[in-house]
Amino acid sequence: MNGIEAVNDFVIKFANVNGSGSASANELFAKSILRMGVPVSPRNIFPSNIQGLPTWYEVRVCERGYLGRRGGIDMMVAMNPQTWDADVAELEPGGYLFYDSTRPLPPSRFREDINVIGMPLTEICNAVYSDPRQRQLFKNIVYVGALSVLLEIEAEVIEKLFGEQYRGKEKLLASNVQALHLGRDFAREHLKWPIGLRVRRADQVGERIFVDGNSAAALGCVYGGATVAAWYPITPSSSCAEAFQKYCMKYRVDPHTGQNRFAIVQAEDEIASIGMVVGAGWNGARAFTATSGPGISLMTEFIGLAYFAEIPVTIINVQRGGPSTGMPTRTQQADIIACAYASHGDTKHVLLFPEDPRECFDHSAAALDLAERLQTPVFVMTDLDIGMNQRLCHPFEWAEDARYDRGKVMSAEELEAGKDFGRYKDVDGDGIPWRTLPGTHPAKGSYFTRGTTRDAYARYSERGPDYMYNVERLLRKFATAATLVPQPTLRLAREKSRLGVIYFGSTSPAMNEALDVMEAQGVHIDALRLRAFPFADSVLRFIAGHDRVFVVEQNRDAQMRTLLVNELEIDPNKLVKVLHFDGTPITARFITGAIMDCLPRAAVPAPAPVPAAQETTA
Amino acid sequence: MTYIAKPPLRHPTLERNAVGYTRRDYEGKISTLCAGCGHDSISAAIIQACWELNIEPHRVAKLSGIGCSSKTPDYFLGASHGFNTVHGRMPSVLTGANLANRELLYLGVSGDGDSASIGLGQFAHAMRRGVRMAYIVENNGVYGLTKGQFSATADQGSKSKKGVVNSDSPVDLVGLALQLGATYVGRGFSGNKTQLVPLIKGAITHGGAAFIDVISPCVAFNNHPGSTKSYDYVREHNESVSRIDFITPREEIVTEYAPGEVVNVRQHDGLLLRLRSLHADYDATDRHKAMAYMQEHAARGEVLTGLLYVDPIATDLHTALNTSDKPLNTLGAAELCPGAAALKKLNAGLR
Repeated sequence: MNGIEAVNDFVIKFANVNGSGSASANELFAKSILRMGVPVSPRNIFPSNIQGLPTWYEVRVCERGYLGRRGGIDMMVAMNPQTWDADVAELEPGGYLFYDSTRPLPPSRFREDINVIGMPLTEICNAVYSDPRQRQLFKNIVYVGALSVLLEIEAEVIEKLFGEQYRGKEKLLASNVQALHLGRDFAREHLKWPIGLRVRRADQVGERIFVDGNSAAALGCVYGGATVAAWYPITPSSSCAEAFQKYCMKYRVDPHTGQNRFAIVQAEDEIASIGMVVGAGWNGARAFTATSGPGISLMTEFIGLAYFAEIPVTIINVQRGGPSTGMPTRTQQADIIACAYASHGDTKHVLLFPEDPRECFDHSAAALDLAERLQTPVFVMTDLDIGMNQRLCHPFEWAEDARYDRGKVMSAEELEAGKDFGRYKDVDGDGIPWRTLPGTHPAKGSYFTRGTTRDAYARYSERGPDYMYNVERLLRKFATAATLVPQPTLRLAREKSRLGVIYFGSTSPAMNEALDVMEAQGVHIDALRLRAFPFADSVLRFIAGHDRVFVVEQNRDAQMRTLLVNELEIDPNKLVKVLHFDGTPITARFITGAIMDCLPRAAVPAPAPVPAAQETTA
Repeated sequence: MTYIAKPPLRHPTLERNAVGYTRRDYEGKISTLCAGCGHDSISAAIIQACWELNIEPHRVAKLSGIGCSSKTPDYFLGASHGFNTVHGRMPSVLTGANLANRELLYLGVSGDGDSASIGLGQFAHAMRRGVRMAYIVENNGVYGLTKGQFSATADQGSKSKKGVVNSDSPVDLVGLALQLGATYVGRGFSGNKTQLVPLIKGAITHGGAAFIDVISPCVAFNNHPGSTKSYDYVREHNESVSRIDFITPREEIVTEYAPGEVVNVRQHDGLLLRLRSLHADYDATDRHKAMAYMQEHAARGEVLTGLLYVDPIATDLHTALNTSDKPLNTLGAAELCPGAAALKKLNAGLR
């Protein structure tokens, strides 16, 4: 059987049982390739479960640097008998199947058109280790060792990673190195190596870092000055709050007193979480919560209060598949409408759309500034794909002279000097009123915050004109927001084009690759990446400047397109839906296929491939 | 109508407290509640308590939920910031506010619908966490603003104004507060200001989660025969277990009491709380005995009032979280942002 031949450009998938300790071995595998200067993008595909169910780790190795999911599997490390048949079936023809051959399998369980590499992993481990836990854990390291021979990954690189991981734990270090070489020695002696898939040292990683979006968002909150975090555990956002705790313990403990410059509360539910954030924001502390779709649903009453009473709130929404409990461990961009218009009555909220962990960091810090500047809830709309997977991205940066924008907070001195204080009065023309913090001045500046209507001086009023003044001012404030949020980024096609595409968030790497692929085939499309809602004027100009604009998103109902049509009054016929919503991350193959299908044949010069057919679902 | 301001007239002879304020400086807007509402008496007691404690009004933050009771913070402490939040969720908002600035005094005002029905969970968790606050439930057993439906504290067998008999068991917030770890638990009656004012003073100066259930008859919907939250019923069944007095360090203890009758409890801040037990067999510093005692009396149909339990050296959520003495809302970038160099180092660890 002729195997697939590829250097630094393949997809390898590990099929494991969750709770078996495979995650750290698989991460080690991915990192070793990165250390050889070759970009990788791994993705965990896991169930909402702790032990015993199938879990996969899909690693795309791509020297050209494409970090989106590719689709198609070139090599399968099949360690889970439960999913064997589906895993074997998923391999591309000519692909490689690596499996534990301790227990013989009949030929009917294999395929004719693939290369089978059996290695008696269980037998090897049982011979060397007597402790059942060690047998299980080191089996993972043994297969990494074998793979390193098959794919020509340098052993020294892996040993160095072990050295970093087990610094000061010499016993663990030695036993891991031993397991690695157990696998390497067996592979060298008994297996045919290298195989057609190979890793070759390159220099394409540069100074980029490898980190997950939830940690990055948490770090953004530390740098952005959040002092209060209230949260309720929910996949896929829990690791964000936990990372905030971790970073705070590292960076936010007063070196002199040992006291914490932060307060983190795991609340009884999402309602209490957002309530605490609202209370802290009202009282002048930067506060955030991290949650996912079901949490947003629970929070909506408070979000409406924060909108109407004008209280700074930052919400990190790590989106997962909806509706209801939906697909808790799969990814989607399906909370856009729920967040943009969260709560009853006329409401609109600021949304930010980070594309990768670096922007999770930037946008979370920016959200804390924007929330105080605008005195309103700000959502960071990340998702499971970037939130829970490590992604190669630009290193974090922070300007040494960066200052926090605390917004319009009237001081005791200003009140004392007789400055007029109308809590809900627009004195600067930007729709943003001034606020005072509790306890500021003995006789001036106090007011009663409420969700009921009031006049410009915060006095209860259900008079029509008072109400109109207030809600129209909120619209002006929203227009101001459009100028303050991260602006869209434009990527022009090599040739002038009447076609445009709009995309956002975690779709970025797949979109960038799709644009390259289409460009190579002579299809030129200008691309605009949205980074926030409300939309900047440039979004309207972009749509007006093109005949047809594809809107690529990861939900069923074209929610971003709805938002564009609704807010910018675009003719819906002009915006073409490109929708991916099976819970797996969108791929370049899918986008290319979907867009090419919409184009008249004449517009596609080269014979059009049908990449969508290769699309696979996990 | 709540925007009506009281005329700013101040009689020159009005007595001033140690921080220079008269009682009127602790007032708010004119109440829009029904004439004779128990809640207005509670507002008056809060005003009196704050004046007597020499609290600067603007150093209090008053938070409430939704309902008649939750409207009342507009009617006292006009110079304080107030927050009328959403139904049943005052405890979480107050928790967040408290975390942001530990230097203010927090007054949470709620009702029986707000805290025992929709907000039972938040009530419970605020008590569990030991959020430092005076949590006052103005308990009338009905939904007043929506015209007389039973609330979760209505006693089983009690009759609504329309003649409907309540078949559900009542939620006993005092029992829950004791069980959940509140460190100051009292029950008062809006018709007994002499008892209520010191109870509130004790709650405000307490170092942890202080809870007071104040039975506060609803004159419009729950003051009829058959109600167990009417003025007449409570007066007939009220049984006081204790009286407390406040003694500031400057004052001298003059009254003499028989041994065993008085317990002087020194609070975390040095204030002396003098507890006079009116029942020889009652010990307000024993949580478990307090719970049993209260339940025995409740079974006999008696409404025990007074300070039911106090842990004088209580600590709060800030102690548990080890938060800085300096309020979090006063910290700036210099104290909060790890800076560019730390980030560079962190980046290096992610390669």
